[in-house]
Amino acid sequence: MVAIQVESLSKTFGETTAVDDLSFRVEDGELFGLLGPNGAGKSTLINMLVTLLRPSSGTATVNGHDIIEETAAVRNSLGIVFQEPALDEELTGAENLTFHAQLYGQHKADRDERIDEVFELVGLEAERDDPVGSYSGGMKRRLEIGRGLLHEPSVLFLDEPTVGLDARTRRDTWEYIQRMNDEAGVSIVLTSHYIEEAEQLCDRVAIVDDGEIAAIDTPAALKDSLGGDVVILEVDGSLSSFCSRLDACPWVMKYTTSPTQVRITVEHGETRIADLVRLADETGVAIASVDIHKPNLETVFLSLTGATIAERESNSSSDANDSALEGTHPSTTADRRASTTPEDDE
Amino acid sequence: MNLIDPRSIYALWRRDVTRFLRTPSRIIGSISMPLLFLVFLGFGFSDAAIPGLPAGVDYLQYLVPGMVGFTMLFGSSFAGLSILSDQDVGFLKEILVAPVSRTSIVLGRIAGGSTTALVQAVLILVLSVPLGFRFDSLLLLPVAAVFLVLIAVTFVGFGVALASQFSDSEGFGLIIQFVIFPLFFLSGALYPVESLPDPIRILAFMNPLTYGVDGLRAVLVGSAAYPLFLDFGALVVSSVLMVAIGTYLFERVEAV
Repeated sequence: MVAIQVESLSKTFGETTAVDDLSFRVEDGELFGLLGPNGAGKSTLINMLVTLLRPSSGTATVNGHDIIEETAAVRNSLGIVFQEPALDEELTGAENLTFHAQLYGQHKADRDERIDEVFELVGLEAERDDPVGSYSGGMKRRLEIGRGLLHEPSVLFLDEPTVGLDARTRRDTWEYIQRMNDEAGVSIVLTSHYIEEAEQLCDRVAIVDDGEIAAIDTPAALKDSLGGDVVILEVDGSLSSFCSRLDACPWVMKYTTSPTQVRITVEHGETRIADLVRLADETGVAIASVDIHKPNLETVFLSLTGATIAERESNSSSDANDSALEGTHPSTTADRRASTTPEDDE
Repeated sequence: MNLIDPRSIYALWRRDVTRFLRTPSRIIGSISMPLLFLVFLGFGFSDAAIPGLPAGVDYLQYLVPGMVGFTMLFGSSFAGLSILSDQDVGFLKEILVAPVSRTSIVLGRIAGGSTTALVQAVLILVLSVPLGFRFDSLLLLPVAAVFLVLIAVTFVGFGVALASQFSDSEGFGLIIQFVIFPLFFLSGALYPVESLPDPIRILAFMNPLTYGVDGLRAVLVGSAAYPLFLDFGALVVSSVLMVAIGTYLFERVEAV
């Protein structure tokens, strides 16, 4: 059984193509992640799948129902937690859920029982009759996730479920999401620009950049595709002779340089640090710091798109393709992005 | 997805009423302006010679139906426009993604908005009695209720239609200044529209509130400019039209 089948789905706004000819499928019961920077088209994709936006071309099915032809059936089979909170803060938690249940046509008898279940599931029994305005950010999120599950959908969409939450609450929310997936058996599609979130939670991840899917696989397979650790040397001095020594090393899989930084891909990075430091020393390069990056989805994203997610978000206007880190020995590539901080925004 | 889904309409109505009753400050705020108008204009102009005022009707008597109409105009239009506040806080998406037809959503909003506007209008009517207002006939009060409902439906529909043309609540101030207040001044709520210059009077004749206020005046005070059936007919037409326009425009609102 397929939870979602997307076929050549596109959405353009005027000149801008937000979603560009996407095709993929999500299996029943899967926890599927769309990882990419803000503005990559993830929310647009979700909004089309939940029938709030009409595709420019292509189509998709949710739980077997076409998103253009069968909007009612699609809406009945899905639950969604939007990126921005969508609760009535003047109503209590219970009133928000009752409102939701009524819109989804649940009868009073089933409704009350189901609402009790949901409060128990998200651990908000004690606060059910408090106005939502008095809830903390994490509690609101939990209530929304619970609400998304209230009408027992077969697919739950979570658009950036942990944006704006502190680290602790984020972790708790991950646990809830995982539990919903395990216990309720609901298929989950979540979008995120948090590497860790996609990596920890998702069975499969699609890496989305600029409206397209750059890769789609399990987190482990995506990381394996990089084939090694990245050793990052912050350096000072002329790099030319150092680079020619690197070219000669069989264990250097690839590397890139910028005036202050060398990124070298090797297997088992920790065992090669001594060698690299010695090489630098011999070629008169001063090392300010050494760092090892084990492959994670951030490095996968970097190698696929040529920029980190944070860079994409802070500098989405510049053309990212000309600083590609591909190629085995692009020794003269001036990676102008290396001077910004390629960090996850946490 | 039924075109008309009673359970969802009830849910939307219930939400509006709950929110309204939960915030007494909102109730007080909503009736304070018409009440102030009533007190200051009613007493301030009590001895003034207002051209076109029917003989034997003092200004307070004349003003109360107008202020009830004013309350309905504001209460109902704001209820329709509250779609924009829902959009601001994201709650509109929760409603739009549900398996409920847009028609039912508009009808639910009209049901809720009409109810809250009616409560406000009744409060004004009750509070006008200690100020000296005398009902012409208590037996006609049910007819007044019919007029109030028709005014409410007209202007909630109108508010929904207006809200469909904006993407957030920033246009609120403009709408109030350039749409709602002119409708109020051109409705005969404060003075007979007969005293207005011709081109402006035509605008007043196109204003549903003119017939609403006149109908209320006929029923509450026993003095009116037009026949009651004309007021009634005009309001029935305007409410049907506004609901249709509101629904039509709201159908086209993009959720995101």
